[in-house]
Amino acid sequence: MTITETNLNLMAHLMRRAGFGADRDELEHRVANGYEATVDELLHPEQQIPVDYYEFLRYFPNWWKPGTMGGRGHAGWVWRMINTRAPLQEKLCLFYHQIFATGVSKVDHYDEIEDMIDMFRENGLGHYKTILMEVAKNPAMIYWLDNHENHATSINENWGRELLELFTMGIGNYTETDVQECSRAFTGWTLTHKLPRFHMGRWDWEFEYRPDDHDNGEKTFLGQTGNFNGEEIIDIILAQPATATFIARHLFSFFVEDEPQVPSWSVTPPNNPEAVDAIANVLFESDYHIGTTLKFILNADFFKESLFAKVKNPTEVVIGTLRLVGNTERPSPETMDWAIDITNMGQDLLNPPSVEGWHTGIEWINSGTLMKRTNFTAELMGDLTRPGVKNIMGRLKSVEASPDAIVTACLNLMGPLDVEDDIKKELIEHAETFGPFDWDNDSDNENAAAVASEIIQLIVALREYQFA
Amino acid sequence: MTGGNDYLNTVVPHSDPLYRDYRPSVGVLDEDVLRLDDQVGFHPAMAPIQKMYQDGDVAIIHGVGYENSPRSHFRSMDIWHTCEPDTLGTEGWLARVIRDIDPHKENVITAVSMGPALFRALVGPGIPVATVENIDSYGMLTGLTPEEKLSRVLSRYRRMYSPAIGTGPVMDYLGQTGLDALEGADILSAAPANYSSSIEYADSSVAKKLKGIAQIHLAGLGSRIFYLDHSGFDTHADQVVTHARLWEEVSTAIRDFFDDLESHDAADNVVMFLFSEFGRRVHDNGGGTDHGAGGVCLAIGKGVKGGQYGEYPSTRPSDLDQGDLIPATDFRSVYSTLVEDWMGLDAVSVVGGNFEKPEFILK
Repeated sequence: MTITETNLNLMAHLMRRAGFGADRDELEHRVANGYEATVDELLHPEQQIPVDYYEFLRYFPNWWKPGTMGGRGHAGWVWRMINTRAPLQEKLCLFYHQIFATGVSKVDHYDEIEDMIDMFRENGLGHYKTILMEVAKNPAMIYWLDNHENHATSINENWGRELLELFTMGIGNYTETDVQECSRAFTGWTLTHKLPRFHMGRWDWEFEYRPDDHDNGEKTFLGQTGNFNGEEIIDIILAQPATATFIARHLFSFFVEDEPQVPSWSVTPPNNPEAVDAIANVLFESDYHIGTTLKFILNADFFKESLFAKVKNPTEVVIGTLRLVGNTERPSPETMDWAIDITNMGQDLLNPPSVEGWHTGIEWINSGTLMKRTNFTAELMGDLTRPGVKNIMGRLKSVEASPDAIVTACLNLMGPLDVEDDIKKELIEHAETFGPFDWDNDSDNENAAAVASEIIQLIVALREYQFA
Repeated sequence: MTGGNDYLNTVVPHSDPLYRDYRPSVGVLDEDVLRLDDQVGFHPAMAPIQKMYQDGDVAIIHGVGYENSPRSHFRSMDIWHTCEPDTLGTEGWLARVIRDIDPHKENVITAVSMGPALFRALVGPGIPVATVENIDSYGMLTGLTPEEKLSRVLSRYRRMYSPAIGTGPVMDYLGQTGLDALEGADILSAAPANYSSSIEYADSSVAKKLKGIAQIHLAGLGSRIFYLDHSGFDTHADQVVTHARLWEEVSTAIRDFFDDLESHDAADNVVMFLFSEFGRRVHDNGGGTDHGAGGVCLAIGKGVKGGQYGEYPSTRPSDLDQGDLIPATDFRSVYSTLVEDWMGLDAVSVVGGNFEKPEFILK
């Protein structure tokens, strides 16, 4: 495939959505391979050399089961995202973590939530039923939503309600009685080795099914009656078209275009009902096979036409910048700082504010988080010692040393990013304030690089740069 | 109090014989209740609030909520934030208050949201809100050096964020947020430097946020509305321990906050309002309580007419709705009191209707 502006834009779009962005060398390489081939490659993480997590653990041995590691237990995952060669795999972990939002604020030990993320990594491209079954048996989720307190003699509705409201169907598609019947079916789904903590640490949690604490009575759930257990409940849920539509809307909102917040879905139709219906159909027909569905989405016209229709989430801001500037691959104290940077922008990974996950889209942005995004990105992009920044400067040297040409090239290399004419005019005017510059010799180079660097810092501070 | 604060264990109906029947596992023991009168008392972790109640500075508004509670955290919180129980509200009730207070946007820090989140109650088109997580590091592009470069870049930033016509609501929102952030940071930078206090705040996230609020309030920058939350009230399990910890944190933080303001002679013009998205199920589930309906609100401050407003909802089984207390007071009526009697604004346009007001503000 030849490298045209259209191809490059589209590939940059694909990599922003199905990954964490890509530098220009990678984009050109991928364009040469072709779009569909790239989608297929992203959908086959098993063909890539996996991240060697032991490298991270050699630097940070305490992150093997990070326990209550204050606020930084997600650093290992952050390091994986920086280094992965299978970015869609990690992106999907983020997708599922947003839906099955489980937090250390209550679970208390990061290890157990990490196990859930590992499960997403392993099963993310498979059937949604597998994810649901694994989540239902995941000790962190059981504890987070109190299913260990859901007993045959006295139900606890927390898991039963959120399974229906947030993980599968959405409000308006079931009754309060369905919530209770669903909860009854999951009685006895509990965990072991919960407490007490032993003086040498804590036993790992494990799923345990206790038949003696399971309510074996007849249940009537979504119009069907029988002696249902949890798996049958999940089968009944997945047979509802409402479930396919709900999951489709989640996929659309995460990969294609920001939707309103989940709580409003029961009263607000999708932005693009045809696309959501089309995704729902593929889900339903494929037994909720996420890989098949993603292949459909990423090759669909509605996806290819959705450039910059999403506000970057904080993880995308941080990981995208780190992968772009480079020299960020080795585990270091900076890795820890970067993990905290994501938190400070409003996305405390492994510790979402509630089971609803984060409010996304434009709600990522407020005056405080906008500052943090801008400050973080501008600082790294302004570091001329970073290989990725050097690489950008190297490419700029082949461009004519005029304000207009430099601004055009910077916008291209930072996206390609399309901005309004008056914004471009401002950037050109800014470059002009430096007087003449060129790339002719070393001292000129330094001067020109300072101009280009400041232009890039202004670009990453732009409104337009907040979109993916 | 995010998560659904348990009304029955916050303001305990200790003389109600049914309370013991409903709460075999998580009931507050009779001898532990901090009695307010012969009917109700506070949770034992609320001693600082009990003292303020005895001083006449706490109003308890009983049985607050709205009809047909969806028992969903998120939908409920949306309804509380927007005053729109039936449709999707896009504008927060406090955003309308901010617009009424400052229609010409003369002060970008009229409202401060203690971040990282910007609460939906404050969100509305064109409404500036400073979202501050840590007031000490609040500033745009602070890493740029030297000073000359910083001011050059910031002045360009200002030009590029200025309103561009016809680019859509999202870009407008971003543009305004960027400009408000720049201006707000300039104003707020003075606050921590001018603050000193003899009060040592308790070590909790809610105390830190309240301390930040005190700093901004004491700086006299014209901020009128501060918003913060404390989460974890979703006590389906382990309620006895969790609920006590949460109220310990909230109560001591509130005490420290008002002590701080009083020591600066600046407490008279502050009313604090506490709510939660819903109360919890009347019957406990063995270790905690599930989602319910009617809840309780508190208003605290020197401007508050202390006491109790409304009736405690009946706990008789036949009076419960699917096991939950039926709220008798619409949350919008409580908002109306705050908007009209405290802020001196018209409540009808803010809450979307006429609601009878509980009169808990001193006239």
